[in-house]
Amino acid sequence: MSGLSTPRAMALLLRRDLLLAYRRRAELVNPLLFFVLIASLFPLGLGADSRLLQAAGPGIVWVSALLAALLSLDGMFRSDFEDGTLEQLMLSAHPVSLLVLAKVFAHWLVTGVPLILVSPLIGLLLSIPGEAMGVLVVTLLLGTPVLSLIGAVGVALTVGLRRGGIILSLLVLPLYVPVLIFASSAVDAAASALPVGPQLYILGAMLVAAVSLAPVAAAASLRVSLS
Amino acid sequence: MNELRDFFHMGGYAVYVWTSYGLAAAVLLANVIHPLLQRRRLFALLARRRRRAARN
Amino acid sequence: MMRFLHKLASPKTFYALSGRIIPWAGVSALLLILVGAYWGLVEAPADYQQGDSFRIIYVHVPAAWMSLFVYVVMAGAGAIGLIWRIKLAEIIAISSAPIGASFTFLALVTGSLWGKPMWGTWWVWDARLTSELILLFLYLGVMALYGAVEDKRTASRAAAILAIVGVVNIPIIHYSVEWWNTLHQGPTVTKLDKPSIAPEMLWPLLIMALGFKLYYVATVLMRARVELLERERNSRWVQEMVEAG
Repeated sequence: MSGLSTPRAMALLLRRDLLLAYRRRAELVNPLLFFVLIASLFPLGLGADSRLLQAAGPGIVWVSALLAALLSLDGMFRSDFEDGTLEQLMLSAHPVSLLVLAKVFAHWLVTGVPLILVSPLIGLLLSIPGEAMGVLVVTLLLGTPVLSLIGAVGVALTVGLRRGGIILSLLVLPLYVPVLIFASSAVDAAASALPVGPQLYILGAMLVAAVSLAPVAAAASLRVSLS
Repeated sequence: MNELRDFFHMGGYAVYVWTSYGLAAAVLLANVIHPLLQRRRLFALLARRRRRAARN
Repeated sequence: MMRFLHKLASPKTFYALSGRIIPWAGVSALLLILVGAYWGLVEAPADYQQGDSFRIIYVHVPAAWMSLFVYVVMAGAGAIGLIWRIKLAEIIAISSAPIGASFTFLALVTGSLWGKPMWGTWWVWDARLTSELILLFLYLGVMALYGAVEDKRTASRAAAILAIVGVVNIPIIHYSVEWWNTLHQGPTVTKLDKPSIAPEMLWPLLIMALGFKLYYVATVLMRARVELLERERNSRWVQEMVEAG
């Protein structure tokens, strides 16, 4: 095989995916819009009582983030599956799990990071107090990569299906529960000036576990899906 | 007689207790019947296919 | 030993052997469940706090145990099927899913039926009920994925991976839900956890649990046999069996 080292291959793959995403940047705005839309629907449904919104705010932001992440997942492997790139990747000499990790990272950079960037705006709409805003951003910083990683397994399992979207949500959302619980509780605690260390540490631990396990599971799933 | 009525009465919790047990029985039974039906359907299908193959 | 295992894993042997196990497991399951139900409903004394409503635990708790047990078996069989490419393990794994889902459903509904007289509402976001609900979603996910993939071999391998991912997540989900529960509601709703239970109340529980376990053995084998026949429908031994009627 070529003398390409694995880190170099990962970097190339990352660059390629980012480039492709840049060419289709109009599509990337959609999950973001979805995120803002969902979050702004809640006050309309719940009423504009700022105390109520403040209590529900962390949960709303995080549920919206989960749904937006879910919406963006489908694009992770879809086009590569359709044009055969995925099969080429499986045949390469490099460990598939690491290549998957590079792809997930690229996906997170183009979908997760924008989400984090607009989250203070949502926080503002939901009257989350200023002290909690920093914690909100930190939970998203720790949590959204986990969403992308777990999501990668789900996408890898459903990529060959014609109508995988609804099944994908059924597979992935239950697995998102722990992230939702700890992240929104951290923001909640911060809003009432309580310590948030434990929740953040647990989120960090989840991230470490997801980074090390999810790519392996996703690679195995891709192998099954492409067989 | 009274004893029996007390038994079905379940100290006022009859609805909850008997619904629980009845539902459990129904679900457990369904899991037995389902494979039996499936098996019969499959055998019918295979037998039909065999007959058709024998005719041709 | 390996030879024996290989022979066991051959579809025809499995079919014959399981055919002999099913009646035994089924009948003993039925007996145990009947004895357990009689004991639980009639013999066991009413709880001094909860009255007769506590008798629901003889369905609820074994069903909840089984819901977890079956999931672990499903993931284990799935892993064996994936690693050693044993078709039978795949079949056992996928046949477990609907049964496990039934147990989970039972645990949920009986928990709710128990909760109504205890808490006054049908649903409380109690740690165990919430975990069971998510477990039900996990089961349904496995079944949906299996149903969606056309090729049954590929489908069962995909479902197996999902089951393994789920089994890694179950403890995390369980503990996060438990932690979340203690955070959001005081320790008032812990009536479902019995710290100590009188032996005459415990025995029927154990009998019931054993009965459920044997029931699972019988039904999973029944399902696996049908699944096996479907997949092997073109092989000679199945053809011969159809011919024999």
